Amino acid sequence: MTVRQAELLMAIATVLLSLGLMWSSTDGLSISWVPNKGPGSGFWPFWLSIGLLLASLATLYRWFRRATPESRSEEPYISGPALTVVGVSVAALLGLLIGIHLVGMYISLFAFMLFYVKVIGRHPWGITVCLVGGTPLFVFGMFEWALQIPLPKAITEEWFYPVFDIMYGTNHFWAYMLGAAVIVAVSGWLAHKFIDPQPGTEEG
Amino acid sequence: METILVSLAGGLAQAFEPINLMMIIIGCVVGLFVGAMPGLGSVNGVAILLPITFLVPPTAAIIFLAAVYYGAMYGGAISSITLGIPGASTAVATVFDGRPLAMSGRADKALTAAAIASFIGGTISVILFTLFAPPLAEFALKFGPAEEFALMVLAFATFIGLGGDDIPKTIFSILIGLVLATVGLDIISGKPRLIFFDAPGFLRGINFLVLAIGIYGIGEMLWTLETTGGKVIVHKVKMSWENFVGNVKSVKEYIGTTTLGSTLGYFVGTLPAAGATPASLMSYGLAKTFSKDPDSFGKGNVSGVAAPEAANNAASTGSMLPMITLGIPGSPTTAILLGGMIIWGLRPGPLLFTEKPDFVWGLIGSLYVANFFTVIINLAFIPIFVRVLTLPFTILAPVIFVLCIVGGFAPTQNMHDVWLMLLFGIAGYLLRKLNYPVAPAVLAIVLGPLAERSLRQSLLSSQGDVMIFFERPISAICIALAVGLMLYPIYLIMKKKKKADTADEASS
Repeated sequence: MTVRQAELLMAIATVLLSLGLMWSSTDGLSISWVPNKGPGSGFWPFWLSIGLLLASLATLYRWFRRATPESRSEEPYISGPALTVVGVSVAALLGLLIGIHLVGMYISLFAFMLFYVKVIGRHPWGITVCLVGGTPLFVFGMFEWALQIPLPKAITEEWFYPVFDIMYGTNHFWAYMLGAAVIVAVSGWLAHKFIDPQPGTEEG
Repeated sequence: METILVSLAGGLAQAFEPINLMMIIIGCVVGLFVGAMPGLGSVNGVAILLPITFLVPPTAAIIFLAAVYYGAMYGGAISSITLGIPGASTAVATVFDGRPLAMSGRADKALTAAAIASFIGGTISVILFTLFAPPLAEFALKFGPAEEFALMVLAFATFIGLGGDDIPKTIFSILIGLVLATVGLDIISGKPRLIFFDAPGFLRGINFLVLAIGIYGIGEMLWTLETTGGKVIVHKVKMSWENFVGNVKSVKEYIGTTTLGSTLGYFVGTLPAAGATPASLMSYGLAKTFSKDPDSFGKGNVSGVAAPEAANNAASTGSMLPMITLGIPGSPTTAILLGGMIIWGLRPGPLLFTEKPDFVWGLIGSLYVANFFTVIINLAFIPIFVRVLTLPFTILAPVIFVLCIVGGFAPTQNMHDVWLMLLFGIAGYLLRKLNYPVAPAVLAIVLGPLAERSLRQSLLSSQGDVMIFFERPISAICIALAVGLMLYPIYLIMKKKKKADTADEASS
């Protein structure tokens, strides 16, 4: 797809979007003056949507006139290598979000990081272990513990009961968190030491 | 004047409270890092980190974010000079002379000049800020809904007149932000509006953070993944004490352009559409024009590094002026700060000075302190930042994505918003590739509810007579300026056409 084609498609999409918004603003709402109450609820979004429609039509008109650089460009809209890296990232994010619904935040984060760091990035195991173990730990410490915002856990909810017992039962939760962080760091170092190819051995 | 000094002393004392001081230092370090990473600027850092600041009280939170903002302006120069890639769009002009200096082995000189110029820019602008803010806020106390609305129209008009982007696309961006802000329950009648597909998630409205993190977190990361691909070459920076002293002494080479750039940057920064990027470019242009040796620019003139860096720092402070005094953000970053203030339960606008003086003066005081700490941290840690810059994207990108997803969930604790955020991120990325500006949409979604309320209140009080916006002097001036700004691009086109026509006649 060239940039010119993408520009046309986007302009058509924005025209349709504006029409949809206009219809939505009138849906059960008043877009005119309501006696003693001023402008109706739909008034503001309706007129904004008209503006959107006009702006989109202007882009469309300029596309026909070839007035903008985008409407003249025959370059590919997304080049091959870029499509791969962006596509894989978007797919990984989609997987992460679906995973959150199915198996909860922490397992999904674990899998997402493992995929990104090891499969795409091909980083050594040392860094991988630290990042993959450290990320859910950091997120738990930051959100669940410090900010007291429970993150979705789906079917893994029960796994956290013992953790919550420690969290709300003692005042030393930070000590456990620190311990867990140390374990992750040490295992990362061990992985680096014993699994990753040592410098010098790679060359052959 | 005396009252200002007393309040300022109070603010400085507040900035030195342990929690606030800690926030300043952490914020500066984080900001320097965020600014230095190619693809991440102050706006990305502030958007991604805002959900985390719910941990601390509002004053500490805004101090942290302001320090991030500040640090990012310093940090942008680091990658501009050592990598030749601007760390943020605000540091584009720094590349012009920073890169040649680094290639000729004087990266340390460029980095020191950038840090010192940023410090001067920050200091001048924060003093101007202290002097201008209280009177402006007092003046703004007279504003009623009609003036508020006119002011917002003016803010959006600056994007059309000065943004320099495709005009229909700019208008589209502004309006889509405003429409997204109307989703949910109507603020006046309480009726549900624009509940797409009857999804109950829309009843709560669309939190501005969902759009901001979507666009500036996810969308920006996709954009960066595409453009940089990952491979960059870093120039070695050798820092020694003797060089450092010599570099600091050479400050007299660029003190003049720096002062000029700072003042210019401050005033350009107060305009919503302009901000730090055009300010730094203008400052670079001015420095070149007034230089005795304009030919050396672009080949490694240290003034060419100092001028834009002073201006972008000054502009970041400048953009806080309308945010604090009028409740109108001067940049996308301050739009997010403003949205944050609403979440923290503060009503931005002129009343802030009288109702929450601790908050306002604490922020101002922290700007002075942050400026001081950032220059020290920056100079001390340049070698470390340079190492961090070589982090491959396959490590940075997933970390940022995770922060976005969890940060998008935190404010409302609803997965609906996270899905929406991903959608906005992808849409923002696709639109940006076609040159749709995204900043106006973020400003608009923050200002949307305020704009609608002031419009409807004004119309209600005038019984539907739109003349209310033209009869009141302040609002009439704002509307007139706004109309002027909106017509300005048309005037430019006409002028161009005329010129082309006369040229045609001359040649025929």
